[in-house]
Amino acid sequence: MSAPAVASLTCPQCGAAIELRTLDQALSVVCASCGSILDARDPNLHVLQEFTARQKFTPQIPLGTRGTLKGEKWEVVGYQVRGATIDGTTYYWEEYLLFNPYKGFRYLTQYDGHWNDVQVLKAAPEETMSGGRPVVTMHGETFKHFQTATAETYFVLGEFPWQVRVGDRATASDFVAPPRMLSKEKTEDETTWSLGTYTPAAQIWSAFGLKTRVPHARGVYANQPDEFVSRAGSMAKRYLLFVAVIVGLILIRLLTASRETVFATNAAFFRPGAPADSLAFVTPSFTVSGRTSNLEVTTEAQVDNGWAYFEYALVNEATGTTYEFGREVSYYYGRDSDGNWSEGSRRDRAVLPSVPPGQYFLRVLPEAEVPTPFLEYRIVVRRDVPTLTPYLICLALLALPPIFVALRAWGMESARWKESDYAPSGDDDDDD
Amino acid sequence: MTARTAACPNCGATIEFRWSSAVQTVCPYCKAVLVRRDVDLEKVGIVSDLPPTSSPIQLGTEGRWQNDGFVVVGRIVYRYDRGGWNEWYLRTMRGGDAWLSDAQGDIAISSLAKQPGLLPAATHLRVGQWYVIDDTRFRVASLTRAHYAGVEGELPFTTWDRDESLFADLDSEGHGDTLRFATIDYSDDTPVAYVGTYVELDQLAPKNLRRFEGW
Repeated sequence: MSAPAVASLTCPQCGAAIELRTLDQALSVVCASCGSILDARDPNLHVLQEFTARQKFTPQIPLGTRGTLKGEKWEVVGYQVRGATIDGTTYYWEEYLLFNPYKGFRYLTQYDGHWNDVQVLKAAPEETMSGGRPVVTMHGETFKHFQTATAETYFVLGEFPWQVRVGDRATASDFVAPPRMLSKEKTEDETTWSLGTYTPAAQIWSAFGLKTRVPHARGVYANQPDEFVSRAGSMAKRYLLFVAVIVGLILIRLLTASRETVFATNAAFFRPGAPADSLAFVTPSFTVSGRTSNLEVTTEAQVDNGWAYFEYALVNEATGTTYEFGREVSYYYGRDSDGNWSEGSRRDRAVLPSVPPGQYFLRVLPEAEVPTPFLEYRIVVRRDVPTLTPYLICLALLALPPIFVALRAWGMESARWKESDYAPSGDDDDDD
Repeated sequence: MTARTAACPNCGATIEFRWSSAVQTVCPYCKAVLVRRDVDLEKVGIVSDLPPTSSPIQLGTEGRWQNDGFVVVGRIVYRYDRGGWNEWYLRTMRGGDAWLSDAQGDIAISSLAKQPGLLPAATHLRVGQWYVIDDTRFRVASLTRAHYAGVEGELPFTTWDRDESLFADLDSEGHGDTLRFATIDYSDDTPVAYVGTYVELDQLAPKNLRRFEGW
């Protein structure tokens, strides 16, 4: 046998039919047609308060709507609009009272498109101070004080397990640990604590099968989960792992690189006379063995306050493949009022990334401007030389996503706390 | 539990007892409050119909709690200026008893404290005071003056001559599973303490719950 889930009543003020969905749990019920707040426990439904709301609001989830939220069935039985006035501006939010005879009551709150799924706590959590701010701890989690304001009831609809009145006031304090929020509501009679969990509007819309468009949330809400903060943490950890892997690869490279000298020669450049072309020469043929690897060409020239430029061409004798590159060696030094100074280096290192094995020779065209009559220089060609550059580029590129996410997280956190009692004073819109 | 039957001295209907040692019962047909005198039932009054309730519990609901089966045999409805609650009287399979309170869907089970210690007099009670009951520290969370708003089924005492009672609700430290609560009942001259825990309905593996149309 099923007991009736609703009781049908008649409004003593206007005669309209009223359905009571929470039966004996209701202490007050609002007549949907005249807005009178009635004593639901009184068989005569005496009027507790006539319609006084200055403004009418329409719930986004109509009363009587049933839905399955997080696996539990709920029916919307009550609706109130409350607000807090801060610096002359009233900020309104909605509260939906949900009921299931087997589960009791639950709430949904909505502010600026941000929704919270709220349960009343059976006992007060522990309030302490940390770093000069009030905090609340529950289940080992620390909730930071966000804001305290006076909440006033502006509009009511449906039924409530307490005697609701338009104009009811309570001191509401919020403590956040995203995605959760602990709220304390203090009236003269009692103090109630509740635990809210940030719930995306889309989840509410699908839970209650709402056909209207899912509203867009504006700004960052007090307990909006900060995906970037948690992601920044995990990304930083992953990045450290990358760094460790890359350092390991560098070590392996340093230990296993053959650094085999395949060619070396000493030469000299004589300044006077001869057109540039005639200075060009080719080296004897040399063998690059092993697998395809990089090839390092070191040029060391004894320049003193001068420069030398070498136009190189590495030529594969068998295929004719030519690698052309130019290198400059310059070294200047002297003494001024700041002491000794020097600029540049007598040594230059060029690395050709991947050169297949084979017979090669170098064509060299030197050019120089040095104070001395001739310039001695040395060319050394080595294969399979460790070089850090690609590893460093790799580390730098891998650092970009964590840096981006950290910046986003920082931006979101500052946007969140800007709305709190702890906003940096510079953000106050004082006109003075 | 042996089912016993008796005839209602008021309307003659057959009353079936769920608990053979009940002190008081209410005839489900004529709402006569019946008190056991030796083997006979004596009518001491009439109660009005209880308003339709949204409580999932009803007389005859069965369940399990702390490895003991129970059946709901009686109910007292309390009311105070800002609300009301049900106290359901449970008899257990091992012959014990407990109270299941159900206030706005919050369910708690409690039984008589084994070591209540020295309980404060009603005039000395203050919110925020701490008391040790059954080796647990409890803090007075609220004081409620409530009255009987209705009664049904079988009870271990008679409720007929009572009016307003003072209740002190106390909470232990902790949350969730570690949270315990205590109630000090000032209905009689000597205060009586009950201790218990909050439970979710599902934890009781309940059977024969009240069914609601559409739920």
